[in-house]
Amino acid sequence: MVDFTWWDILRNLLLAARWTVALSLIALVGGGLLGAALLLARLARWPGAATAVSAYVQLFQGTPLLMQLFLAYFGFALLGVNVSAWVAAGLALTLYSSAYLTEIWRGCVQAIPRGQWEAADSLALSFGEKMRHVIGPQALRLAIAPTVGFAVQAVKGTALASVIGFVELTKAGGMITNATFRPFTVYAFVALLYFALCFPLSAWSRSLERKLRRAH
Amino acid sequence: MITLDFAAVMVEWRALLQGVAMTLGLTAVATLLGLALGVACAWSRLQGPAALRWLAATYVELIRNTPFIVQLFFIFFGLPGLGVRLSPEQASVLAMVINLGAYAAEILRSGIEATPRGQLEAARSLALSEWQVFTRVVLPPSIGRVWPALVSQIIIVMLGSAVCGQIATAELSYQANLIHSRNFRAFEATIVATGLYLALAVLLRQLLNWLGPLLIFGRVAPTHGGH
Repeated sequence: MVDFTWWDILRNLLLAARWTVALSLIALVGGGLLGAALLLARLARWPGAATAVSAYVQLFQGTPLLMQLFLAYFGFALLGVNVSAWVAAGLALTLYSSAYLTEIWRGCVQAIPRGQWEAADSLALSFGEKMRHVIGPQALRLAIAPTVGFAVQAVKGTALASVIGFVELTKAGGMITNATFRPFTVYAFVALLYFALCFPLSAWSRSLERKLRRAH
Repeated sequence: MITLDFAAVMVEWRALLQGVAMTLGLTAVATLLGLALGVACAWSRLQGPAALRWLAATYVELIRNTPFIVQLFFIFFGLPGLGVRLSPEQASVLAMVINLGAYAAEILRSGIEATPRGQLEAARSLALSEWQVFTRVVLPPSIGRVWPALVSQIIIVMLGSAVCGQIATAELSYQANLIHSRNFRAFEATIVATGLYLALAVLLRQLLNWLGPLLIFGRVAPTHGGH
């Protein structure tokens, strides 16, 4: 019988936490790019874009992330493509994040006074110039706090990738439990590691929000 | 060539319906107890003694910064180590209550903090006890102010309950998994279950938007800052 020390458990969980961080970054960067593209399509008033994007957002916010992960996983299998859990989880989390981020950022753009749009229009700025010089910088300032807040949600969301076999923090917890028979200790450590990742982000988001409120 | 066979899934409608019933049952219990826990924590954080304040704040931060699936696994797999053995359904409900309680506490706190001072002064000048002031004057309009946010959170918890299938609670996602383990129609079964979740989310929002004013805050006049 092998005895596992706390350090054995924690060290292996820390190694797995790297993949939680990597998957979170993929979700945030991929979701951010796609979310920004969807927002621009909406702001540029492409025909049908508003309806399509809002349906997209409704779809992803109205269904469980777990089901979205299953759909990505089984969907690839149905197409006859054999993909790793990386691709399925990365894709599902990217789409999920894009739906939330595009909606968050739309709120930020909407919070900019109409006068700014009208002033930009009266200077005959093109859509690109308006975004780059007038709307973009102001919206960005408002967007930082809620975006950091969403990062917490994204990190927590990656835990569900364990269900389709992606070995990150939660899955590693399950595997280590099977080896050590100490679920209480292992899951307590898993929870603490998530807390260590998420709490600084939460606190940062809150302090950004406070600063912004004071500035206004 | 891809062929989809939804008929193979739909013949199992009985199992799907049982799953929907379990999901709704879990959500109903979790909503009632979770909101109660949220009110207790919001009160503790705002008006409780120092130790209770700290306890409530720690609880809220711990839950809000860890994933639901880890909370569920800790309760189901971890607690037996302390001699607490729960059935999958009990563990699921407990995890959902604890999860909703923390989020509801934060939402309710912001609603309570927005109570106009005059309301408190008026209530106290009528010689109401502190308990009466909180339960009759402060709480109902506060819930009214934040009801849309609470409804969204309840729906998030309902959708999150899909994870409870992982510990063999026979809710909707579990039934979908069971169906495709029998007929190998994984994508179709998941699509159908996802569609049902979407419908449940839409209907639950309608229901709660109607029930909230009816049961909790409909009889109080809208106060400053109402929706």
